[in-house]
This record gives sequence, C-alpha cells and structure tokens, in this order.
Amino acid sequence: MTRIRTAALVGNPNAGKSALFNMLTGARQKIANYPGVTVERKAGRLALPNGEPLELIDLPGSYSFDASSPDEEVTRKVVHGELEGEAQPEVLVLVLDAANLEQHLVFAQEVLALGRPTVVALNMMDLAERDGLVLDSSALSEALGVPVIPTVAVRRRGIADLVWAINNAEARAARDPADHQQPHLTLPERRLAARNIAKAAILSQSTEHRIHSGLDKVLLNPWLGPVILFALLFVIFQAVFAWATPFADALDGAVGAISGWVMEALPAGLLRDFLTDAVLAGVGSVVVFLPQIVILFFFILLMESSGYMARAAFLMDRMMQFVGLSGRSFIPLLSSFACAIPGIMATRSISDPKDRLTTILVAPLMTCSARLPVYAVIIAAFIPNSKVAGPIGLQGLVLFALYVAGILGAMVVALVLRRSVTKGAASGFIMEMPRYQVPHIKDLLIGLWQRAWVFLRRAGTIIFAATVILWVLLSFPKAEEGESQMDASIAGKLATGLHVVVEPIGFNREMALSIIPAMAAREVAVASLATTYAVDAEDEEAEAEGLAQTLSTRWSLPTALAFLAWFVFAPQCLSTIAVARRETNGWKWPAFMLAYLFALAYLSAGLTFWIATAAGL
Amino acid sequence: MTLDDLQRGQQATITSVDWSLLAPDEAKRLRALGLDEGAEVALAHAGVFGGRDPLAVVVGRMTVAMRRKHARAMAVQVGQA
Repeated sequence: MTRIRTAALVGNPNAGKSALFNMLTGARQKIANYPGVTVERKAGRLALPNGEPLELIDLPGSYSFDASSPDEEVTRKVVHGELEGEAQPEVLVLVLDAANLEQHLVFAQEVLALGRPTVVALNMMDLAERDGLVLDSSALSEALGVPVIPTVAVRRRGIADLVWAINNAEARAARDPADHQQPHLTLPERRLAARNIAKAAILSQSTEHRIHSGLDKVLLNPWLGPVILFALLFVIFQAVFAWATPFADALDGAVGAISGWVMEALPAGLLRDFLTDAVLAGVGSVVVFLPQIVILFFFILLMESSGYMARAAFLMDRMMQFVGLSGRSFIPLLSSFACAIPGIMATRSISDPKDRLTTILVAPLMTCSARLPVYAVIIAAFIPNSKVAGPIGLQGLVLFALYVAGILGAMVVALVLRRSVTKGAASGFIMEMPRYQVPHIKDLLIGLWQRAWVFLRRAGTIIFAATVILWVLLSFPKAEEGESQMDASIAGKLATGLHVVVEPIGFNREMALSIIPAMAAREVAVASLATTYAVDAEDEEAEAEGLAQTLSTRWSLPTALAFLAWFVFAPQCLSTIAVARRETNGWKWPAFMLAYLFALAYLSAGLTFWIATAAGL
Repeated sequence: MTLDDLQRGQQATITSVDWSLLAPDEAKRLRALGLDEGAEVALAHAGVFGGRDPLAVVVGRMTVAMRRKHARAMAVQVGQA
C-alpha cells in the first residue's frame, strides 16, 4: 500500500489555521503528540477531487523558522522533512491573515524559499473587508509565484477552490520547477519585501476606525477591563451550576431508570450487583457531570476563538507578575479549570523554562472539572439552596469560593516557588493580540466534542476500571452474619489503615475508602462513595436514595467542609502526574508536586475541620 | 525618549533598539513580531488599575502586548517616518 499523501497547514499564529483545518477535515480528527516531543499533532483526512485521500496536518503557528519555542521547532522540522517518524509533507498550505498581510508575509517568504509545492490560503477575507481592505489576490499570486485562494474558513468560502489548488499543487510545481526558488533573505530584507508585496496587493484601504480598537478601549480599559473580566468569570461559574442542572437531572434520571430496569430484568446475584452497584452507580454518577464540563469548555472555547483570551492574559499579566509569572501563564491556568492536562500541555507556549515549570507545578491547583462532581455532590448535600441576593445562590457562591481558594493557593505557591526552587530572573510577557472575531458555531462544536469525548473516554476506561476494582475490593470476601459488608471487605481493611492517618482531619472510613481509588481520578471519589454506600445499603430503597441525601445524613458539616478543602489541593489524578512527568522529562518534579500538594491538602482539610468544629458548625 | 514614554494613542517610529537590555529569546520574539528599527508604532493601552504595565503596542495592523521593560529598550521618535 502506498503512503497517503500529506499536506501541512503552516502560517503565523492567529492566521485562522485551526478554523480552516476544521472546515477542510470536519470532526474526524486525530490528535496525538509528535514522537519524542510534547507538541500536539493534529491530523485529519479529506478527499481530493481526483478521488485520492489526503492527510492534512495542522502545524503549530510560527513567526519564523528561527525557532524560539518547541512548537516552532516542530513546524520547522516537519516542513524541512527533518522530524523523525514524520514524512515531509508533499504540499504546504500557507495560511495568511488577509487583514494582517504585511506581517504574515515575513514568515511566508521563509516558507516559499523552501521551494516546496505551496498553495496560499488568503484567510479571514471577511475580517479584512470589515477593516475596509480591498485585496487583489491575483497580484499577490503573481508576486509570490504560487496560487493564492481567498478564503473565509468560518463560512466555507473558498474551501472548494483551495482543495482544487491542493490537488493540483504538485503537478503545477513540477511544470515550472524552481521557477520561484527565492533567494534567502535576511529578516530586514524580508520585512521590506513583505511591505512592498503587501502594498502591491492592497487595492484600497479605508482609514475607518476599526471595530477591535473600539472594543479594546472598553475591554482593555485600565479600570473597566479587569472588572469586566472578573464579572465574566463569575457569570461563567454561576452558569456552570445553574444551566447544567436540568441536563444533569435528566442524565441522573436515565441512569436511575436503567438501574431499575436491570433490577427487574435480572435475578438477584453477583451479576446484578455488579451491573447496578459497580457499573451504573460508579460510572453513572460521573457521567452525570458531563453537562457542567461541556458548559465550562464552551466558555473557554468562546473566549479563545473570539480573541478575548489574549486580552484576559493582558489584564492578568500585572497580577501574575506579582507572583513571578506572566500573563502567558493565565491561558494554561484558565484551561486547567477545565482539566489540568490540556492546561499543562498549554504551558508549552511559555518560553521561559522557570516560568513554565512554575506554571506546571501550580496548574493542578486550578479547580478542574473532575473536582466538580465532588464539589457538586457535597454542596448539594450540605449547602442549602437559598438565594443570597437576587439571582446569586448560596450554592454557587460556595462553589465560587472553592475556585478562589484554588487560585489563592496557586498564587501563594507560585510566589514561594519563584523565590525558592524555581528561582530565576523575572520573565517577560510578549504576545500578539489577535483581532476580535465572531466565533463560529462549527469550530465551537468540534472543540466541545473533542473535550467531551476525552472526558467520556476517561469515564469509560480509567474511572470504569477504578470503580470495578473498588467494587471487587468492597464485595469480597463476603461478610458473615451480623457483620457489615464494608468491615469484612479488603477495601474496608485498607481504609482502616488509611483512616488512622486521616482521622485527625475529620475523615470517616468511607471517605478514606473513597480517596484510595480517587488517586486514579478525582471524580472517582464520587463514584466510589456511591458504590460504597450502595453496597452497604440494606434495601433497594436506601440504594435508590440519592447520594447527596445519603451523605447529608451520615456526615457532619465540618467533615463535609474538610472533604471539600482536601480536594482543593489533593493531587489525585494519575493522568496529570503522567503529563507532568512527560512535560518535565523526569520524575523529580511530579514527585515534588505530589508531596507539596498532599501536604497542603492534609493541612487545609485539618484546619477546616478544626475551625468548623470549634465554631460549632 | 523610549517607547514606554509615549502617551496613549501617540504614534512614533523606532529609531534604535538596545538589544543588550533584552534576553535573547525576548529579542528574537520582538523582532519576529516586527518590533525593530524603523517600525512605526503606537501605544494603544497601558496597564491595569493605574499601573503602567504591561503595554499594548500597535505595529502595522497588529497589536502586541509587552512589558514596560521591553519598551524601555526601544528608542523612539514621535511621529511617522
């Protein structure tokens, strides 16, 4: 079988490569890492007009082949055919931002100087038009010596033409070989050439005030900007709780219905217990939180694709500088609110190594979506669903406080780390701020689908395995007459040992038991609590009782609060530790991360318990 | 006068850059973004809550965020070249 031909999208960051990639390949994308490096490789298939399939890869955005980040290094190596295990792409699709032509032509000349079959996608034509730019794509094609296809990725404009051009690129390059072999120019020469080429291609340019500078006047206003940002973050966290409820209830109902159906259909026995107690009670109670995760990612994707995320980084830089980081760390840390794994991977865009390491070490302190199931159950069980003022609910407020606790913890830790283990010169903050644009629904949906799928796969694999193992540990050996199943089981004995350690901070045995499998992933704590209490239930009625209701009758308020405080800090996620190991090339930093986070978790849970008990809660 | 001395909205041309004030990686990135001798720039935004850091500088049709210390390395002349 012959290898499928490949084409690669190259271009500056913010040229709209990802949107173009989504339009060309649709939702069937393969996301992996380049061998040996921690840079994401996005690949997808498309059918060429001649019937052949083509593999399209989306290379990381670059300003130059003179790489200053691992991302740029990958792009340089792939297009030069120097990356081991990655064939040199047959065709390069150079993506240029039509509204930022002069700047993007600087890197474009470096790409064209390679003499590879190349097609230019003159992207975001709509934004250029909005800015009052009229461009002559044929003049640009003439100047660059390659086909130039005007595109508006988000509206599918020019996509068919672009596919045709990719299809014909090699034949075209073979027809006039080396015709456009360009001399290697120095950066100032390329910049001058870029200016001249752009001037020739721009037919008219209005001096009309651009929309984005107007928006920036408000959103980057030194006083109003931060207020708007914090208001937005607050709305997001309220929405995560409020909007998700009907969906979560529906999912919960569906799981309950299936569980009831299994009860009816199967005779009492090990298989039925396994299905209801392990599979449905465990995995079901985690999948219920999918709506919240989707809503949080929806907002993060919205901020990213609209261009607001870079403004948020700008607004946060001052605060981050105070703890020894930069605004660049804000994006990985905000992503960590959804999940620390993409967050830690996003630290690759931080060029300063000490900065990056610090960000990796504090990223697990951001309240990831895996904590939401834990927080949600405890809050629902112990915090009354009352209104504090207007539409602001007490439950949402407590959730917000937990997020703030994570953020403050991260700031203090970063401050301490930057003065001790990751000491070094204060880092800088240099970042392009992309123009604002209306996010496109298809891009959002593809992004959401990819995130939801990652979560469901975790629920289907790690969490499923952990709940099954826990169920086995809980179910065997069988209890004798008059003895509780939990006391008799292997898990019960393990928990007894751990209980000695966590008893001073107010944890009971069920909690000790739930934090063992939660090492795999935090949300398993909820699954295992559900499994534990379901297994221990005397009758079906008690089993059907909601977990939150069960907890509210069995735990005291200080215990519940201590459990929440524990999960603000506890590094209970094998995947995060694995990613931290990969990103820091060794066990030293993940081990450090585990140690300091467990110490903080123990201390904060203890303090919470003691203070709450003393306060008579 | 250096880039960080500009008033908001003021336009200028970079006359020289003292690269020795910048870390090599930062210098590389600023150059890649087009901040170099001869570039026409304007100060668009400065800081939050009354602080004057970071700065948002318009260069060409692009806005670049940078710290004050970077801007201080760039000598400017007010007005377009």
